Amino acid sequence: MARAVTNRRKAIVTVAAWLIAIAIFFPIFWIVVLSFKTEGNAIKDPLEVLTSAWTFDSYATVQERSNYFRHFWNSVILSVGSTVLGLIIAVPAAWAMAFVPGKRTKDVLMWMLSTKMLPPVGVLVPIYLIFRDLGLLDSRIGLVIVLTLINLPIIVWMLYTYFREIPGEILEAARMDGATLRDEIIHVLTPMAVPGIASTLLLNIILAWNEAFWTLNLTAAKAAPLTAFIASYSSPEGLFYAKLSAASTMAIAPILIMGWFSQKQLVRGLTFGAVK
Amino acid sequence: MSYTFRALMGACAVGALATAAQAETITVATVNNGDMIRMQSMMDDFNEQHPDITVEWVTLEENVLRQRVTQDVATGGGQFDVMTIGNYEVPIWGNRDWLMPLDDLSDDYDVEDLIPSIRGALSVDDTLYALPFYGESAFVMYRKDLAEAAGVEIPEQPTWTQIKAAAEAMTDSDAGVYGICLRGKPGWGENMAFISAMANSYGARWFDMDWQPQFDSPEWTAAVTDYLDLMTKYGPPGASSNGFNENLSLFQQGKCGMWIDATVAAGFVTDPEESTVADNVGYAVFPNKEGVDNHGNWLWSWNLGIPASTQSPEAAKAFVTWATSKEYTQLVAEKQGWRAAPPGTRTSLYENEDYLAEAPFATLTKETMDAATPEKPSVQDVPYVGAQFVSIPEFQGIGTAVGQQFSAALAGQMDADQALSSAQQLTQREMMKAGYIK
Repeated sequence: MARAVTNRRKAIVTVAAWLIAIAIFFPIFWIVVLSFKTEGNAIKDPLEVLTSAWTFDSYATVQERSNYFRHFWNSVILSVGSTVLGLIIAVPAAWAMAFVPGKRTKDVLMWMLSTKMLPPVGVLVPIYLIFRDLGLLDSRIGLVIVLTLINLPIIVWMLYTYFREIPGEILEAARMDGATLRDEIIHVLTPMAVPGIASTLLLNIILAWNEAFWTLNLTAAKAAPLTAFIASYSSPEGLFYAKLSAASTMAIAPILIMGWFSQKQLVRGLTFGAVK
Repeated sequence: MSYTFRALMGACAVGALATAAQAETITVATVNNGDMIRMQSMMDDFNEQHPDITVEWVTLEENVLRQRVTQDVATGGGQFDVMTIGNYEVPIWGNRDWLMPLDDLSDDYDVEDLIPSIRGALSVDDTLYALPFYGESAFVMYRKDLAEAAGVEIPEQPTWTQIKAAAEAMTDSDAGVYGICLRGKPGWGENMAFISAMANSYGARWFDMDWQPQFDSPEWTAAVTDYLDLMTKYGPPGASSNGFNENLSLFQQGKCGMWIDATVAAGFVTDPEESTVADNVGYAVFPNKEGVDNHGNWLWSWNLGIPASTQSPEAAKAFVTWATSKEYTQLVAEKQGWRAAPPGTRTSLYENEDYLAEAPFATLTKETMDAATPEKPSVQDVPYVGAQFVSIPEFQGIGTAVGQQFSAALAGQMDADQALSSAQQLTQREMMKAGYIK
């Protein structure tokens, strides 16, 4: 039974939640505000910024100067491509770990997670050299592979937790009815795990979309996604806040909209394992 | 699995080779600054002259760009055919044969017209390894109206004592006006650019002839003490996180009496669209300490270099010579006015009456640049070349670490002596590790 909660307590919690939410959202809000100002107005005191004139100038300049669509398209290919490739590898892997655990399954899972603990820059030079020799620098296929490998541990872990919630008896029943391993995974397990797979997919698209280390270091002109597009608007000498904000807004808008529509699955994905 | 993977890799490699062989596309890596962006809008002219060459641009933030191009040139990655690099990198890279030498330029290009100090900074053993696109030194920018109201006069060649007196007179913290704005944000290209130049003008040097760091010298102590004193008494609050852009915005909003920084800033602070003080800016030479014949020796240029790993050396060369030619300057002037011409690379620009009429800061910019001597940055003997930096590969790391000490001192976390002694220790340790000090 739930604990009795007084109205007063509820009000305090609500206010606190709103305050935290606003604090977290504020930087994004401010980026959007600055993107509609001139460079001169964008650097004024916050109150003056809000009251100054609104303009689309920065968006026009950004449009004129860079090929937004090419970067956008690269971002879509990289994030969707790496996530789908990752799922194809991770679904069978997670199946094996969840339903046919061996003596070392836990260690394997921990080991996979440990690869995320290495700072990526530590392997930058070897990977750069391998990519150079294979002709993969500045290619989308190369980046899809790298992003898949980076996010694979997270995909496997998330799927593993979802699969563990599915009773093994159902799979056993399918086996009794003569289902092959392939049928079992594709026709029985996957449909039941759709919500889990969906949230894994969404979260990984977001992670890949925002990945800014490998996408900046391994690309030049052809495969550069939106992270490179943003990086081209920062400047050490000269004012750039408004244009940078416009570029950032354009880069985060698609993923923000996608996130908005898929909130439910996402929240489940982010709190996976927390509520049993 | 492994066969498919290999086949896939093979296919990619073949694909990459095929595209490389058929088209003359060159990829230019560059920074986001006004002059570079302007160049991208002038490309019609280049395409007209070279219809067979397609130029792809990769614009990146300075620090990202530096890391990106260094990695590519050092591994021979061949991702870029033209790289925008500073005069810090050119001699280091030229020495290692990472850049294509540019010694057979046509007569039309007129190499003799390049400003001598810049040309010197881009040459190794008299061979040019990059062509300058834009150059700068540093000077004092001040508010003529505030100086007048405060009853001070800033001479054309001020000393640090005069600067201090002027800063004191112009400061009115109640009105939000601070006598002097200087860089405080840590970084070898941020606060250390300024502090190294200031130390030069105090007669200090980074290293003696045996590569021993000199932060324990009286010259460094005097320079850093005065810097901290100026900034804590007459500088804006929170100055330890101010870099070029932050000071630019303070000055443009009328909150600084003086600002000593790169000459390129003059173009911004006199831009009536962005600056509220555009009509009231005066200029003076970088200050020196009484009796020391050195005005900081600040010299920076952005240059176009061709990595030795390029597949299209001829096309790359056609591009860099076009972008740094006299004709290009003329083209910019025709389309956007003389004020927009890339400054600080060619003597002929400073002999052009139209340019001098439109850019009131031009004469002084040229004078400061001519006066800079990167081969001898200090009045004392030094084993390095450089200006507001030391041209050795280790300097990025050391400069930034030292910059953090001085920034911490400015934030009040330690005093000048502590900052200098930890700067001395860490520099000594790094120089021993790198093998300069036996």
